[in-house]
Amino acid sequence: MMMWFFLVSDAFTFSGLLVAYGFMRHKYEDIWPTAGDVFTHFPMYDGHIELAYVALMTFILIASSVTMVLAVEAGHRMKKKSVQFWMVLTIVGGAVFVGSQAWEWYHFIHGTPHGAYLLEDGATVMRHKIDPHTHVIEEGTFLVPANREGSLNEYSGFREVSGNEAAVMKTTATHIHGANLSHNEYGIPLFADFFFFITGFHGFHVFSGVIINFIIFLMVVEGKFEKTGHYEMVEKSGLYWHFVDLVWVFVFTFFYLL
Amino acid sequence: MEARDDIYEYSLDTHHSEEEGKKMRKKFMMVLALLSAVTIVEVAMGMVWSRDESMAMFLKVTFIGLTLFKAGYIVWIFMHLGDEQKSFQWTVLAPYFILIGYLIFIALSEALYAGEVRPAIENYFGF
Repeated sequence: MMMWFFLVSDAFTFSGLLVAYGFMRHKYEDIWPTAGDVFTHFPMYDGHIELAYVALMTFILIASSVTMVLAVEAGHRMKKKSVQFWMVLTIVGGAVFVGSQAWEWYHFIHGTPHGAYLLEDGATVMRHKIDPHTHVIEEGTFLVPANREGSLNEYSGFREVSGNEAAVMKTTATHIHGANLSHNEYGIPLFADFFFFITGFHGFHVFSGVIINFIIFLMVVEGKFEKTGHYEMVEKSGLYWHFVDLVWVFVFTFFYLL
Repeated sequence: MEARDDIYEYSLDTHHSEEEGKKMRKKFMMVLALLSAVTIVEVAMGMVWSRDESMAMFLKVTFIGLTLFKAGYIVWIFMHLGDEQKSFQWTVLAPYFILIGYLIFIALSEALYAGEVRPAIENYFGF
């Protein structure tokens, strides 16, 4: 029961983060990057394939949630062998997820070969214009956030820049690749900040979940729960593990899909 | 062992038979299939319609709906909240319905202010 109360409070933390994300996204609606344009990589495949890897990661995490629930179920029948088996699969699934997350970060941080230009003010990004269907760069044409008419800090989308104007803007700009906390090749830096913070916070939860599961797994192997007569600890770590999965379902929707 | 009523056991039933186990396993597999299918549908919808402005609102509502649907299955089946006492279910869920609803309302209305009203004021006074 205490695990439930911890999870309720933890869920509030995540809700706070996601609502903050929603707030900023709503505020900069017209210039917010589309996640589908950012996360296009897939291991050992060179082309452009939107969000497929994130979907696979989601599937892996849900599957590991299922193996966990099977471990708990086997615990109810006092089957030590199958508890061990399902817990190993859960731990492997969690580890693969954390690895995939790291891989995703790697690509986001390194960015694309063509990069983008960080303008003189150190915040605005001039991006290459990319055809939404063929994903080919239109050489010499760029996009910059456009101020709404008569407004200093309100944006109405992007405007195209090319030819001489682009060349002039480039002279004072810095060529950047990928994203970090201060600039972001794909657009507004806030997107990168939220990405690192939210997926990082969740990734840390997954990581600690893997560790907790591993400790419980060792206790199972030792035969500790065989002695106490029930596998309640497996159930508790399982509860935490499902929660991690639950949070990811929300992160996946709000960050990648919307 | 004698049942004690002065200790609240986390789990109401820590043991079950082979037969019940089989039924439960089948249920878990069905949920896995369902959740995976929903995720695949979501990504496919995103791929097809993400650039179609007219579908944007429909997509948003559908995605949020499907997410709550998935979350419900995880909490109710995997986390076994469905098997708990009713009072406990409400203890866990009620804070959400109230506080998160409130938080979302506040955040969205404030964002509207920050995005539209505030810049207008700033422009008017020139800062």
